[in-house]
Amino acid sequence: MMQDYEVVVGIEVHVELATESKVFCGCRTAFGAEPNTQTCPVCLGMPGALPVLNRRALEYAIRTALALNCSIADRTKFDRKNYFYPDLPKGYQISQYDLPIGSNGYIYVDVEGEAKRIRIKRVHLEEETAKLMHAGDDIISATHSLLDFNRAGIPLVEIVSEADMRSADEARAYLSKLRSILLAMGVSDCKMEEGSMRCEANISVMPRGSKEFGTLVELKNIASFRAVHRAIQYEAARQIEVVSSGGAVARETRHWDDARGETAFMRGKEEAHDYRYFPDPDLGPIVIEKPWVDRIGDEMPELPDAKGERYMREWDLPKYDASQIADSRDLSEFFEKTCAIVGDGREVAKWILGEVLASLNATGIELSESKLTPELLAELIELVQTGKISGKIAKSVFEEVFNEGKRPGDIVRNRGLLQISDVGELVSIVEKVIDANPGPVADYHAGKTRALGFLVGQVMKETRGRANPQETNRILKEELDRRA
Amino acid sequence: MKLCDMTIHELAMLLKAGEATSMEITKSVLDRIDEVEELIGAYVTVTRDEALEQANAADERIAIARKRGDFSGISPLTGIPLALKDNVCTKGTRTTCSSRMLADFVPPYDATVVGRLRDLGAVIVGKTNMDEFAMGSSTENSAFHVTRNPWDLERVPGGSSGGSAAAVAAGEAIGALGTDTGGSIRQPASFCGLVGMKPTYGRVSRYGVVAFSSSLDQVGPMTKDVRDCAIMLAAISGRDMRDATSSPEPVPDYSSLLEGSVEGLTVGVPAEFLHSGLDSGIRELMDGAIRMLQEAGLEVAEVSLPHFEHAIAVYYLISSAEASSNLARIDGVRYGYRAPDASGVQELIRRSRSEAFGPEVKRRIMLGTHALSSKHYEEHYVKALKARTLLIEDMNQAFNKCDCMICPTCPTVAFKIGEKPDDPVAVYLMDIYTTIVNLTGVPAVSVPCGALGGLPVGAQLIGKAFDEGTLLRIAYSLEKACAISDRRAPVAAADGRRGK
Repeated sequence: MMQDYEVVVGIEVHVELATESKVFCGCRTAFGAEPNTQTCPVCLGMPGALPVLNRRALEYAIRTALALNCSIADRTKFDRKNYFYPDLPKGYQISQYDLPIGSNGYIYVDVEGEAKRIRIKRVHLEEETAKLMHAGDDIISATHSLLDFNRAGIPLVEIVSEADMRSADEARAYLSKLRSILLAMGVSDCKMEEGSMRCEANISVMPRGSKEFGTLVELKNIASFRAVHRAIQYEAARQIEVVSSGGAVARETRHWDDARGETAFMRGKEEAHDYRYFPDPDLGPIVIEKPWVDRIGDEMPELPDAKGERYMREWDLPKYDASQIADSRDLSEFFEKTCAIVGDGREVAKWILGEVLASLNATGIELSESKLTPELLAELIELVQTGKISGKIAKSVFEEVFNEGKRPGDIVRNRGLLQISDVGELVSIVEKVIDANPGPVADYHAGKTRALGFLVGQVMKETRGRANPQETNRILKEELDRRA
Repeated sequence: MKLCDMTIHELAMLLKAGEATSMEITKSVLDRIDEVEELIGAYVTVTRDEALEQANAADERIAIARKRGDFSGISPLTGIPLALKDNVCTKGTRTTCSSRMLADFVPPYDATVVGRLRDLGAVIVGKTNMDEFAMGSSTENSAFHVTRNPWDLERVPGGSSGGSAAAVAAGEAIGALGTDTGGSIRQPASFCGLVGMKPTYGRVSRYGVVAFSSSLDQVGPMTKDVRDCAIMLAAISGRDMRDATSSPEPVPDYSSLLEGSVEGLTVGVPAEFLHSGLDSGIRELMDGAIRMLQEAGLEVAEVSLPHFEHAIAVYYLISSAEASSNLARIDGVRYGYRAPDASGVQELIRRSRSEAFGPEVKRRIMLGTHALSSKHYEEHYVKALKARTLLIEDMNQAFNKCDCMICPTCPTVAFKIGEKPDDPVAVYLMDIYTTIVNLTGVPAVSVPCGALGGLPVGAQLIGKAFDEGTLLRIAYSLEKACAISDRRAPVAAADGRRGK
């Protein structure tokens, strides 16, 4: 049944911009300050207070739009979106209606190894609302609510995609790509758990092959990447169930209940607000000068896609590895710093995508929180490159470096793990092994080359893995051939 | 004549010469308030103690200047008692907009214009009554009390800045600030025999002035004569980084521009203004004013504002649309009236607003909400914006032929209290000559040009954008030519006689 239908997903993302001050007043934006300490008459919506646009917020919005390949409006304006809610101090939100800063963009998202183009309909700038907290277990039983206006007026960028995604996987891939771009641009910290990145999904289903989209349902309260995936899967299945049993999907807004793992009715189409948008007379039209946009474009940090291509070019990395590193600001910064020391991108990439990622996943921390530094990883790689330790020993040492930040050279010395590359020493060990294993030696001489592996293993056992593998191989072969 | 009946510039001379102190002037004003305020009702709040403190500070400031022989830090407003319309935010003093909604609202900040007046050492006597949220033409829409016209206590002082007008006319303040969205400074100035100016949009900061209609509101002076108007305008004008709509145009010393010649300037007479069934008495006074300007050396030219008849409709659509949004912040959540025992937040907001906004305010909120609703946006709001553009083009065309225009400020003299209670449209039509000025952004000043039946009549002079200098110069010459000997309202004159 599922395979008879196609899921159509469009996504709206709200991202708080990481400016020092709010979008229409001079208040600070630091996260976690005492409630209502970063406020003024403007962001409290006092009578008589007026907004003045923070140019840096506009710049960040333009940078975001450019990074998403949007065209930038040369004239824009702000509009008032009118509705009553206690977290909205002015009774309207200053937003953008028909002249968004950016429009008609796109990004490429990796879908099963293929780059799929997801179109961006618009990017606009608006203001954040206050934070509303209910005193009680839930909104129904709460006796009262508390408001923190520190958040009110933080600049917010809304990014609206076209309905170009066809599965929960694609939606998650889109969000993760979007996040990596925004992080690379330095415009937002994109922390879903702190609410600086939020998303809403529009979902509909249609019979596979159809050109006409089904009735769209809006999903709210999606608070993590995992929730996006689960919510879309749940909602798509629900709609397919409705449609395939002869029913019709209602045009409505639904609420994702993460604990229950299901969506629930929130409001119908007839309850939709009439926001009575009109141009905000306090701000007037905004002219975005072309040279300014060009400068923002020139000074823009490298985009993940371009970075990935550069890694492929400079270090001959496979596409998948290159984009995996490039898509993460943390990983790519680490990668480039490490490469600058050891000059072997392939080796560094192997380590980052192997041991480093595995340790991050195991410990659940961010790379920036770990004790590993590019200098330490570079030292470890250099120990291997110069033949001082084997790759295997290096891996066994890594955990200690990662967890404790100890220098690999010190660990190796203290634990006596330096590789044995001395020919004389290796020859005497090899001779010992050959003498002790007449059977396999005979096998080898009888043409069973597999026996060589066993003998190498014995040398390793004898040296606790410290024997230089290439040298061991060479010497063992020579010695066996000599005795043949 | 008592100190409180004198002008700003006269008192500034006395202060500088050491012939009067700010304390004496302020006490004179407070005494007048004690004597007539019960009759007039100009104020919502009188800040007596603060005023005396500020007077004291001003006297010290003047004394230091005198000791140093350096008066550069002294403004003509230093030590002068002024009144503020009660929609201008004053830190620590309640700012009510004459509404139950904000009856106890004490702003945590000063409006930019208030800050500027304080910096100059002006004395703030109090906050004046007004039509609730500046919506009205008579000050009868105040939630607190009516204000009576000092020229005739049976009559309204006009509005919405009626309290400011009455205060100055009665000597309860030397000058005052009003706000003007569709005539709210000029019409009460006309009714009370004062000079009242709406400056060019963007000339004066709106920061801290409770917004009625953001694209139309301007703060302006209400004074006894044109020179005082020039002094106050210079004090409050100029760019404010807190108001994105304030203009960086430099602010000239308007007082020094008053005396210049008006020879060779042209005054335009908009044909439409004088043919719309105008009261014959007012018509005669206008003709007289035009003659006087001609004698002063101005050329007279007929000009046309062809779309003028639409100004009222356009004005009520745009101003109500903006008001419906501007007043949304007053929801009972953070400040202002809060309905008791509401069971949820939607009920809290709905009931607070239903219980504490007056009928005229509700009418405009409904009108504006309707005009902005998605169904009617194009036919109402967008059409009004287009018509506004036509009016601006009309105005530009007309100013190709003249340097200023003249017309009545208001089609009538002050009407009786309670006379026009139930017909909003009739009241709206009072704004017929004033709204076009706000819609087109240009400056205009109402100057007394005579009286009808003992009630003052104002002539409205309309100027080019940011050319208040020329406008005031022409107003000054009209004022001189009119040579009204005693400008004092009977209430003030009576006290003057008693005092002598």
